[in-house]
Amino acid sequence: MKRHWHKRHIEEAILKGLMLVSFLVVAGALVLILGTVLVKGLPALNWQMVTQTPKGGYYLGKEGGILNAILGSLYLAGGGTLLALIFSLPIALYLETYASKSSWGRYVRLSLDVLWGIPSIVYGAFGFTLMLSLGLRASLLGGIIALALLELPIMTRAMDEVIRLMPADLEQAALALGSTRLETAVHVVTRQMLPGILTAILLAFGRGIGDAASVLFTAGYTDRIPTSLMRPVASLPLAVFFQLGTPFPEVQQRAYASALILTVIVLAISLGSRWVAARMGKYTVK
Amino acid sequence: MGAKVYLSPLPARRDQDRSASRTLFLLTLLPPALVLVILIALAARAWPILGEHTLWELLAGTVWKPLQGLFGFWPFIAGTVWVTVAAVALAVPPCLLTAIYLSEYARQSIRAIMKPLLDLLAAIPSVVYGVWGMVAIVPWVEHSLVPFFRRWLGFLPFFVSANPTGFSVLAGGIVLAVMIAPFIIAVTYEVMATVPEGLRQASLALGATRWQTVKSAVLPQTLPGILAGIVLGSSRALGETMAVLMVVGNVAQVPGSVFDAAYPLPALIANNYGEMMSIPMYDAALMGAALILLAIVLVFNVASTLVLRRIMGRVRRAW
Repeated sequence: MKRHWHKRHIEEAILKGLMLVSFLVVAGALVLILGTVLVKGLPALNWQMVTQTPKGGYYLGKEGGILNAILGSLYLAGGGTLLALIFSLPIALYLETYASKSSWGRYVRLSLDVLWGIPSIVYGAFGFTLMLSLGLRASLLGGIIALALLELPIMTRAMDEVIRLMPADLEQAALALGSTRLETAVHVVTRQMLPGILTAILLAFGRGIGDAASVLFTAGYTDRIPTSLMRPVASLPLAVFFQLGTPFPEVQQRAYASALILTVIVLAISLGSRWVAARMGKYTVK
Repeated sequence: MGAKVYLSPLPARRDQDRSASRTLFLLTLLPPALVLVILIALAARAWPILGEHTLWELLAGTVWKPLQGLFGFWPFIAGTVWVTVAAVALAVPPCLLTAIYLSEYARQSIRAIMKPLLDLLAAIPSVVYGVWGMVAIVPWVEHSLVPFFRRWLGFLPFFVSANPTGFSVLAGGIVLAVMIAPFIIAVTYEVMATVPEGLRQASLALGATRWQTVKSAVLPQTLPGILAGIVLGSSRALGETMAVLMVVGNVAQVPGSVFDAAYPLPALIANNYGEMMSIPMYDAALMGAALILLAIVLVFNVASTLVLRRIMGRVRRAW
């Protein structure tokens, strides 16, 4: 059959072409970024980078590695995630089990969404003023507090969204058997939603470990591995930033390698959370 | 299951439930309180500078010389606006088309690939975007785009510059456009999913093409939501620090072209925190910069969240 090409068919074809191009541009950007980091970072990566702390003259291109920053980032993000978890799980449970339809719940969600949107540099500045008034110096503790503030809304809202998907029958069955709302929340909701809760924790951890602007003011930077909460601590994003800022090509190479390490960690967390959701999802009630 | 709990008598368990309810309620006071506390703390820190300069002097002043006590924010506000507008202008057309493609055209298998892909884009740390910008985008702007525009499009305003490097508004805009793309695509896609399938089928049954259906049935319904998504994306762009700081050049001037260097507010704060305690009023000025940033972001966020909530009943924040 002969096709009649109306104006609208031509329009359709053009738009469809543009959409495919856009789709490829977005997907291509990801490939380009990952490719750039890989190509630049891989040649500079070696065992020394991940097993040693900076030695004297490291920032001039001499011996050493960035173990201080790798461990520092894990301490910072680990502490921040733990601190955020203490608050976010109870809040998320409350929002779903006690205040699911109340107007207070809506306000809390709105404020969490607003907090989610606050730039990390503002959390850094706020954390800094907080530390000044408490008399704290740039330290692991300061960085943990700033990251916990940054992660709190992310983790809470992500958990909130997950707990919302809880099958209503399951909750009603628990309540009908005579358990209180608290017992339902602790024994039924958290177990059923454990994969989702873990995903939310990993999401927040990933955001925390990659964030530079909030720890810039609050955690400081040091070549040593911190031994106490009151000591300053290095972090991977800042290691990338500072090494890139030096005029020496050898040190800049190491910045690329550090960026690669950071990217691998973050992508592993992102993929890991998918795996957790898929693997542990098998043990929940469908 | 912890059988212990079920052995305790009902009144005790009921009391336990009530006291838990009260404790948890207290915890939920935290998020709203935090918004207020951050605002008040930054305002209190910034307050002293209002004793020395009027608000107008600060916001419209173009000279930034902290050592002489001159704090004009205008170059930084202008820099923020230039970079954000460039990012949004670059991001919106491909993002909308991608979202339309995913929602209206793509097969299930392509949608299934796109979700993890967007998640990965959103997960990459901003400093890595910054490295990409410095290594790939800045040289590209310097060696390809600038000569091209100079040769063929030199008559256009906003595209001529004496800046010899690629560190520019445009480089910042390109990097930011990629960073905010996952947000805009995700929101647009979700908003388009709220349009009832029957509406599309009715339009298609009348003989409309897919694109005509999108243009006359889907888009008019979803326009407020899409705008809210764009506003949400631009508030991300406004506050982004590290990636932008690494590629915009950080020259305190009001940019006149996309190839000029700029100095956005977040970069100002991040670059100068080190010496801010040693110069009088410097810390008040930088906290004031954070406050300006926060105020804009709050307005953008509340407005877009309320619009999205009206459309979707509830905003999904799973990205």
